[in-house]
Amino acid sequence: MGPTLFRSRRERKLGEHIAVRLEGVTKRFGDQKAVEDVNLEVRDGEFFSLLGPSGCGKTTLLRMIAGFETPDEGRVIIGGRDMTQVPPYLRPVNTVFQNYALFPHMTVEQNIAFGLRMKKMPRDEIARRVQWALELINLPGYEKRRPDQMSGGQRQRIALARALVNEPEVLLLDEPLSALDLKLRQELRVDLMNLQERLGITFIFVTHDQEEALVMSDRIAVMNKGRIEQLGPTEEIYELPQTAFVARFIGDSNLIPAQAIEPRKVKTALGEFVLDDEDALTPGQEVLLSIRPEKIRLFREKPNLPNVFRARVDDIIYTGSENQYVLVAGGQRLMCETLNHDIQEPGHEEFAYDEEVWVALTPEKLVVIQGGSEGSNPYA
Amino acid sequence: MREAATPWERLRQVLVTVGPGGLWLVLFVLIPTLVMLVASLMSRGSLGQLVPPLGLHNYVRFFSDPLFIEIIGRSLWIGFWSTVLIMLLGYPLAFYIAQSRYKEVLLLLVVIPFFTNFLIRVYAWIVVFQKEGLLNGLITAFGLPPLELLPSTFAVYVATVYTYLPFFVLPLYAAVERIDWSQLEAAYDLGARPIRAFWEAIFPQTVPGLFAGFLLVFIPAVGTFVIADLLGGGKVILVGNLIQLQFGSAQNWAFGSAVSMVLMAMVLLGLWLYARTQGEKGLDRLV
Repeated sequence: MGPTLFRSRRERKLGEHIAVRLEGVTKRFGDQKAVEDVNLEVRDGEFFSLLGPSGCGKTTLLRMIAGFETPDEGRVIIGGRDMTQVPPYLRPVNTVFQNYALFPHMTVEQNIAFGLRMKKMPRDEIARRVQWALELINLPGYEKRRPDQMSGGQRQRIALARALVNEPEVLLLDEPLSALDLKLRQELRVDLMNLQERLGITFIFVTHDQEEALVMSDRIAVMNKGRIEQLGPTEEIYELPQTAFVARFIGDSNLIPAQAIEPRKVKTALGEFVLDDEDALTPGQEVLLSIRPEKIRLFREKPNLPNVFRARVDDIIYTGSENQYVLVAGGQRLMCETLNHDIQEPGHEEFAYDEEVWVALTPEKLVVIQGGSEGSNPYA
Repeated sequence: MREAATPWERLRQVLVTVGPGGLWLVLFVLIPTLVMLVASLMSRGSLGQLVPPLGLHNYVRFFSDPLFIEIIGRSLWIGFWSTVLIMLLGYPLAFYIAQSRYKEVLLLLVVIPFFTNFLIRVYAWIVVFQKEGLLNGLITAFGLPPLELLPSTFAVYVATVYTYLPFFVLPLYAAVERIDWSQLEAAYDLGARPIRAFWEAIFPQTVPGLFAGFLLVFIPAVGTFVIADLLGGGKVILVGNLIQLQFGSAQNWAFGSAVSMVLMAMVLLGLWLYARTQGEKGLDRLV
């Protein structure tokens, strides 16, 4: 996996065909609903992530696509064919398991060849493809090793090769990086993205790591309590969270309760704010305003901007690349992040403890979460 | 490694590292075996004591009498089939226990018979099998004629399987318990049907446990004499009975030692053949 840098996700063109379609899929374990009425379409060649906290049903959903679980209701359609009742060994998908699930009694070569052997492929063809797969994951020469003689990262790549060598229509990845340390995880992310780009195989990627999902995916489905909270392109998930849960779970977010007084004007404990042109509220409506910490701007002198109010610096967290300010205003705490530029200019100044600052919330960056749904706190 | 240790120093190093284990082996394996080997080459004195001359006469006697060959043949036969039965019962049992929610309780049930003396457990089978015993009571309650179950080869089989089943289940359970079941799913995922998936992904990982269990069951099952004595009566004489007879009432320790040596040689021959066919891997598994 060479040093090629991955093209920005924004430029990617996806196929028109639907690789996987889930229609009203529901799965219960006892009286616990693990997955509830999930509908989604994954397009050909897409890098699609199922993101959510543990127990949100994302793994169960993946296992239903793999065929390890059968939905109680709904249909699983893969490549245009209804596969709801088809056993896993007849589905055109392969899985990379969280704990790798390599066969410990087989060599690397035998592990990778397993799927091809089940297809009764001729020997020399198997040998050729195994070589191809080993080169793909950058581990040629490791044929005769056993899994227990390899590092975690190497095992992960073998698990990947063992799945990809079968040329599946869809590759399912169940938190494949969660057992690795940070540095390795970041390397493998890039490797995975390059590999997916090169092979053009649809990836469905389960993770609880929002950064991982943001970096790698074309689209993300955020799951909570067995349901899809929001499904959309990566940037949309981050920039325009539709529920409080999504706003909190993806990155950090400041949530400000507000009441509409005009279609584009709300009243909050911090003062009255004007909203973006696209927002249209009915007066009296209760909503939540969400704004990302890095989108809050701080000034020493009062700027000539809309939505400006005074706040006090309650705490400063220095993380190296950023200064995080904890602000207090109107009885509410706000998180604000500024890059540690070493450039002092309006909007990029450094502040001290207990300093009174001017805070500006740009209307376009204020996201309105309708229904006032408090959602559930993923960290509760 | 450090250079130029004096021979004494090196001897000390050897003694410290492999000394304790080696001493154990010499005391409890090598010396008893050598004693028995020497005894097997001696003769029976008029009072049953071991006397010279030394020679192979005990071995000649054993191999030239078809009765003795028949006894050892029968022992291997009964031992082998008991072991096969135990494996057929024990293999699924170990899997059942390993995946059960109540595995601690089930394991305890497997071990509980050991709380009772072995002899008493064999006597218990007499209570079950005797003419007015539990089994016949059940059979006659259905209006069927009672069965003559004691002494019989059938009773010997039942008691042997019952006695040695735990010795097979426990090592196999240890192997099964360690298996990562997602490997079975991985096999399905890669296109293997259920039986094939089990055979390719799970079964090979149980082979060491299977083999350990086989040895732990087969060797004592071949050598047992109490079961055959109590439940087989005079009808079923096994090599264990023969040896016991020589050391007991026949007072021919020399011949008894020779029969023991033959039995040991046969078991070792079996292991050697296994190691030969399986190569070094086979030996590794053994250990």
